[in-house]
Parts: sequence; C-alpha cells; structure tokens
Amino acid sequence: MSEMIGPYEQTAEAKAAYDARWQRLLSLARLEQPDRMPVGLHSFFWPANYGGITYKELMYDYDKAKQVTLDAAIELEPDGVYPLLLGSTIGRMLEKFDFKQLQWPGHGVGDMQPFQYLDREYMKAEEYDDFLFDPTGFYLHKYLPRVLGVFEGFDKLPRFAGMHYLRTMYGMRPFALPEVRASFDRIVAAAEETNTLFAHHLDWVQRLRAAGFPLANGTVATSPYDIIADYFRGATGMMKDLYRHKDKLKLVLGKMSTIVTRITIENARLAGHPIVFIPIHWAPDAFMSPKQFEEFWWPPFRKMLMGMIEADLIPMPMWESDCTKRLEVIKDIPAGKCIYWFERTDLVKAYEVLGDRVALRGNLSPSLLTTGTPEEVDAAVKHLVDNIWNKGGCMMLDGAFGIPDETPVDNVRAMFNAARKYAG
Amino acid sequence: MSGMNEQEAQLVEWLADMREEEAHELANRMLLEEGADPLRVLELCRMAMDVVGKRFEEGEYFLPELVLAGEMLETIGAVAKPLIVQGEGGAAAKLGRVLIGTVHGDLHDIGKNIVSFMLDINGFEVKDIGIDVPVKTFIDEINEFKPDVVGLSGFLTLAFDSMKETIAAFEKEGMRDRFKIMIGGGQIDETVRAYTGADAFGVNAVEAVNLCRGWTGAAA
Repeated sequence: MSEMIGPYEQTAEAKAAYDARWQRLLSLARLEQPDRMPVGLHSFFWPANYGGITYKELMYDYDKAKQVTLDAAIELEPDGVYPLLLGSTIGRMLEKFDFKQLQWPGHGVGDMQPFQYLDREYMKAEEYDDFLFDPTGFYLHKYLPRVLGVFEGFDKLPRFAGMHYLRTMYGMRPFALPEVRASFDRIVAAAEETNTLFAHHLDWVQRLRAAGFPLANGTVATSPYDIIADYFRGATGMMKDLYRHKDKLKLVLGKMSTIVTRITIENARLAGHPIVFIPIHWAPDAFMSPKQFEEFWWPPFRKMLMGMIEADLIPMPMWESDCTKRLEVIKDIPAGKCIYWFERTDLVKAYEVLGDRVALRGNLSPSLLTTGTPEEVDAAVKHLVDNIWNKGGCMMLDGAFGIPDETPVDNVRAMFNAARKYAG
Repeated sequence: MSGMNEQEAQLVEWLADMREEEAHELANRMLLEEGADPLRVLELCRMAMDVVGKRFEEGEYFLPELVLAGEMLETIGAVAKPLIVQGEGGAAAKLGRVLIGTVHGDLHDIGKNIVSFMLDINGFEVKDIGIDVPVKTFIDEINEFKPDVVGLSGFLTLAFDSMKETIAAFEKEGMRDRFKIMIGGGQIDETVRAYTGADAFGVNAVEAVNLCRGWTGAAA
C-alpha cells in the first residue's frame, strides 16, 4: 500500500526504507547499535558540483537546488540528510534582508565560491549592559539594524518598556516616520522570501520522504558562547572579553543559554524532528585553556543540552577542529541522549572515552576526501568500522564536516559503498 | 640585555600574566612621568612576549592570551614609539623576512593575523598582504619584498587548490627555490602539504615561528 506524503506518493518499499532509516537514527542516539551503520549526507556546495550547476545557482535557484540535492540523496541512499536547502539555497533571502554578515556569490565572492562569514564586532564591549538589561530592546534598536539592512529604520523605534496609559499611544509616533515605514515594507517583502524558501524546503522534505529518506536533523542551534563570539563580539573581541569583561560575559552567556534553549525546543517541535544539529566553533583545544573552557564555554552549553534532553530532543553537537582535551569534560551528560559529531578529533579516541555515553558521527578528513583516492577513502572507512562499529560502537559515518564542496564524486561514492561493504 | 631592576621586572611580569590595567599604568608612568628610555620599555615588552610565547608553547596559554598580549603591546607601543629620539638606537636587525597572505577565494584572517603578530614579536620582518590574494599579487609582492619565507593561509577546503595553484605559479615563474613555503589554517594537514607542494605546514603560530627560525638559521 502506498501513502501520500503531501502531493507525493510513497511506495510501500520506500516507506519501509524510510522507517528503517528513521529507526536507525533513533536507536543510534539511544546507544543501541542499529542493523547497519548509518551514513549521513551533509554538505553545503558539493551538490552543485555533483549536479553540474554553479554555487550561485545552488544558492538562488530553488528548483535546481531541489533537483541536484534529491538526485544526490537518491543515488547515495543516506540514512539521514541535512536540510540542504535551508543551508545553501539562501541567496534570495540574504539579498532581500540585505544581510551584512556574509559574503556570497554575487555579493563579494564569485559564482563558484561558497559564502563566507565576516568576522566583525557586531556588539561593542560597552554594550553588554544594554544587552543584559533588555535583550529584545537591544535587538530591535541596535543588533538587527546592524546585521540586516531592512531593519535600518528600527534604530528610530520607540522604547516600549515603561510606556503606560496614554503614553502607550503618544510614544508610538516614530512608527509614522518615513524611514520606519520603509523598514516595515522591506521586512514584509523579505519575510515573504523566507516563506518561499520554507515552502520549497517543505516540498523538498516531502519528496525526500516519499523517496524513503529522513532528515538527519530538523533544526539547527548554536552554543551560547559561539553566538556571542561569532555573531556579536567577533573572534578577537570575545577573546579579550575573557579577561576584560568576564563577569558580564558570564551573565550574557547564562541568559543566552535560556533563550536559545527555548527557541530550539520550539523550532524542533515545529520541524517534527528531535535531532538538533549544533555546529560548534569555539570549543577546540587550541582556542582556550581547559580552565577557560570549563569556566566560560561548557556550563552554558551543558545547561542548554540538558534543557533540550528534558524536552525529549536529541542534541547533535558537531565539535569542530580537535577537541581531544575536552572529551572528559563533555562526557558529563546522561547516557544515550546525544550524538556527538567530531571533525578533527580522532573518532577512535573519542569512542574510547565517550563510547558508553553518546553516539558518534564522523569523520573522514577533508584532505582525504578532496585529494585522496577512492581506495584511500575505502581504507579510512574500514579503519573506523574495525575500531568502532565492530567493537559494538554506535556511530554514523560522515565526512569531518560533511562532504567538502570540492570532493570528487567517486570519493563520495567510495565512502557510501565502503559503509555498506564493511558495516551492513 | 642587562639585568632588570625591580620596576622593569614588575612590568614584564604583569604583561606576561595578562594583568593589563596594572601593566598599562606602570608603562605609562615609566614613559610619561619618569622619562624611561622608550626603547628599553619596548625591549621589556618583547621580553614579556617571550614569556607569553613560551607559556603558549607549554600549553598554559592559548589564543585569548596571544590576542590580549598583542593588544597590550600595541597600546604601549603607541605611547613609546613617538618618544623615541630619531637616530637613537636604531632598528634591531631582523631574523628574516616573511611574506604572508590568505590565498585567493578565502576571506579568513584570524589565524593569519595571529601568526603575523607572533612572527613580528619574535624578530621577523613580516609583510602581511591580506586576504583573498590573487596569485599574481603574491608574485609581485615576492619580487618586491624578497622574503625568506612565504606563508600561505587558508581556512576553507577551497584553499587546498588555491595553495596548489599559487605554488605552481611560483614554480613557473622560476622563483620557487628562492624561499621556503609554509601553509596553515583550519583543515591543513600533511596530506594537504604534499598536495600543494609546500615545504611545511603548521597547526599554530608557535609552529610557524619555529619553522621560520629553522629556515633562517635563527637560534630558538
């Protein structure tokens, strides 16, 4: 019996495949080794190379983006697929919002270059107090106008807190200002583009599901420290704050932890998917001392993980770079509740330390995938299978940070084939 | 360098211990009120940076300390340098010249900036030619600056090919054997070094300094 997923027919065979893949992801997170080693499909611009379109087309052309990503999924048969459109096909949305924090094809980089983040100070050190006193006010008057051009008129908005009685109306005069009206018009148009993106995303998810493939994660979150470091203070600003503004920084991190946990739980429920992908930028061994990590980075993040776990979500942090020295610290969470994805940390070493606590994901190196041969990729997968999967470990195979954009298709095929060959 | 008096030792200690406010107050007092020799104060800063570098190498300090140390040095330098009487002392001889830049297609610069800073305070003459540097710009800058070492930086995986292409262009220009090439950045490892044809790679700023010292024959 076939079923309809939206307008798309899902055959009985595809439904069985979908259910098996979905169960594989859930049992993995519970630390119950599934029937075979799941493989993830996660990338940003590799599908463009796979499908023969430009990076700019992947960012701007919803139909082409859906097609190349679906073609890749159908050929490779992953057990979980990253919401690829939300990660890559964002060009029109970025343009409509006049987003200031990225450069992307046509906006600072060429048609065959990935988007790149602009590390800047988007919140000044002296603004910690403003943020702490009234985060929403800070967003409305300062932060949003800085990162989204469409909010430029919002610096003129009234201060709402403290308004009462007739002042709730007297105080609203700024809404009649031409620059505020113009901002609202632009925001509405931009929000319509976000709606369009999400409509295409949902259509794509339905087609993917009809073909038998679940998403690997329904939503994405960021650690409190990384939000402030990357998107507010900038890398060097944040590093100096560890010395200059440590107390205020800790207060902001605590507040951000609660805010992000609430938003993430809400987003995951809307997406109907318990797994939350959390790319982590500032945890690596080289970035701060063990003491700083345990003082600043880990506590607000652990609080967030625990909040998500209590809400029956499955956090899937992706620990970028080498986090070997953090393993004992980040082990401090309940067993069978998270999937830890490691980028450059030796996955076998991670398994030795964390194998009874979390499922693992990863981690063929980017240099191997982009410059190696299919035989070398095969050997690297066998190494992980021999040392983790065959020892009863719960791991999901993937690249170190998904499939690097420049990876030859044969190496990706080799990765998926080796998983089937060595681990079911 | 002769031995330090108590005040000088205090400045070195506070700088090395990241006690920024105390260090700045003391340096300002020495320079602006007590008429200390600005070259001597800068020398003390350099000595403090040696301690910082050592603590980084030993795993006590990490990037935040390098960044804060850089800023402290810059602040004190801004006070000290205008006080230097022309002709006094003269610039110390540099250990060698290093040209550094992020390869084309890549806009990342945090790691490159830290490497430049560490090379500078360790006595190298550093020319940082920025991010997203086209191959031709590297070649022109090399011809002009005549570096002993060229550092290619890159964070994205696309940098593997940009580095390979840049180094191949050096070969084609016949300039490859005039300098050593080191590469570094997020994903760089031995596989990438071999792929690009670089002489060496480093995973942090201290490794970059050690590579340059080794190549220029400077004592560690």
